[in-house]
Amino acid sequence: MTDLSLEVCGLRLAHPVLNGSGTFDALAARRVFGDALLEVFPFSAYVSKTITPEPRIGNPPPRLYETPAGMVNSIGLPNKGLEGFLLEDLPGLAELPVPLIVSVMAPSREGFAHLVEGVGRRDEVSAIELNVSCPNVESGLIVGEQPAETRGLLDILRPLTDKPLIVKLTPNVANPAAVAAAAEEGGADAVSLINTLRATARDPANLEPWLGAGSGGLSGPAIRALALDQVRRVTETVSVPAIGMGGVESGADAVEFLAAGATAIAVGTANFRDPLAAQRVVSELADEVLARGIGGDLGRIAGSTST
Amino acid sequence: MTQRVLAPFGRRRCEVTANVASGGYRIFSALDAAGPQPRAGQFYMLATERWGSTLGRPYLPRAFSVADAKATDEGVRLDFLVEAVGPGTEALAALAEDDGLLLTGPLGRPFSSPGEVTPDADGAVLVGGGIGIAPLALLRRQLARRGVPQRVLLGFRDREHSGGVEELFGCEEVRLASEDGHAGHRGFVTDLLAVLLAGDDASRAVVYACGPPAMLEAVRGLCAERGVGAELAMEAPMACGFGSCFGCAVPLADGSYIRLCVDGPVVRADQLDTALVAGSGHR
Repeated sequence: MTDLSLEVCGLRLAHPVLNGSGTFDALAARRVFGDALLEVFPFSAYVSKTITPEPRIGNPPPRLYETPAGMVNSIGLPNKGLEGFLLEDLPGLAELPVPLIVSVMAPSREGFAHLVEGVGRRDEVSAIELNVSCPNVESGLIVGEQPAETRGLLDILRPLTDKPLIVKLTPNVANPAAVAAAAEEGGADAVSLINTLRATARDPANLEPWLGAGSGGLSGPAIRALALDQVRRVTETVSVPAIGMGGVESGADAVEFLAAGATAIAVGTANFRDPLAAQRVVSELADEVLARGIGGDLGRIAGSTST
Repeated sequence: MTQRVLAPFGRRRCEVTANVASGGYRIFSALDAAGPQPRAGQFYMLATERWGSTLGRPYLPRAFSVADAKATDEGVRLDFLVEAVGPGTEALAALAEDDGLLLTGPLGRPFSSPGEVTPDADGAVLVGGGIGIAPLALLRRQLARRGVPQRVLLGFRDREHSGGVEELFGCEEVRLASEDGHAGHRGFVTDLLAVLLAGDDASRAVVYACGPPAMLEAVRGLCAERGVGAELAMEAPMACGFGSCFGCAVPLADGSYIRLCVDGPVVRADQLDTALVAGSGHR
């Protein structure tokens, strides 16, 4: 097997394929698939669903709509809140055989600080992803759409933890590279992109809005080309590593994100179609690396391509 | 509680062994060489190998309750009942022998035994509507093996939408209702249930129902009125089937949401304020 191991902001990873936040619930999957989940865990690091300071029940249904090569979701970040997460979910997530990255979001800087402190002091947590881009929750949009807001948030959070901070960028901006640059200046250790694209769906029967919350976010192969371009623009601007995602379903897709400048890749919506989709992406990526004579040095993929 | 049967981790390819017409529906079968025997009420996420290859839809797999599961020398033969009403169901209905069926499962919480619903239960009443008769067919056989007395009530819009009755319930004793009056009582299957529950001998029955939301809501209302325990097999838009997408949220009476894929699809009727769930499954 080709060695695909790498280091991303201090985390040693067996291969470059993670999961996108909110696209694989490892605790539910263990109820469904049993301990087989731990034996062939498909991701090299596990990114949790986003947690917020207080519990949230999520948006009213319907929450999903299928589109050509993708889906619109408006889930609304259901979660147990920080306290519930630490008490009920963290012990189970700590049993996963890979580093744990906890995704957090709050409606205020104080709320973010509370989350980063609460999660950051736990040994089970290897890194923290800041969700500043979820299109389903109004408060999230404001920070991730503005370089100054992003920088201001990082200025507050950076001193609170030694753990790597990963900023999840929103694609719903004219210039994602400017926000990425602000995150880097604020001390972010990495960026991840893209989150879902703001989208909506109508009930074909009566043309009323289909989603219970009115609008949501588009994901899947439908957004891959756009994601590839945003990864390129961001990685040309910042020097921190980027975790690229957006419709990755195969090793061929993954290698394109690496060529666009990503250091690692995340599989998201494809997990819904096949819970072991990421395992296939990893094995196909190994074949790609071998076939292209990259020799396992994934960094060379990005270095060898001009865009 | 009747435990869920764990699914093998990951999606697997099964060979389609048959696909026959039944009324306006199709019953297709696949040989699951690697999977376990499912419990009644559990479901599978299904896709064909040509999924999404032309116009980008279907993209997501489709959730299907298993209608029958027979052990064979080569594996478990799974039967599914499908009506072609959208790009996904059309692709599944068009499967031919030797085609591949991509599936993940068995998934979800199965039906409970009558004693788990009502401690002194003395029998089961199965109430199915339209294509919702599918999971009740497997439940019927699993209950019969355990010697549970049962009555089966099935309802249909019209002849076209009564597919599967012959094949899945065969010579078993069933009471029928049809809205167009072509078979059995002219009217709703819940009319039959109301009469049955009004009898003196029904107080310790447990009702198991699957069908369109309006039927399930009528069943829920009747059972609540009579204080009869009931379980409903429900449907909601679902992307993954294993608890990851959080799309299949169904509101409970206490104001919380459950994920129908891991906390259902079989739900205790007394946990609900209404069975009228927003949004249909992907078609």
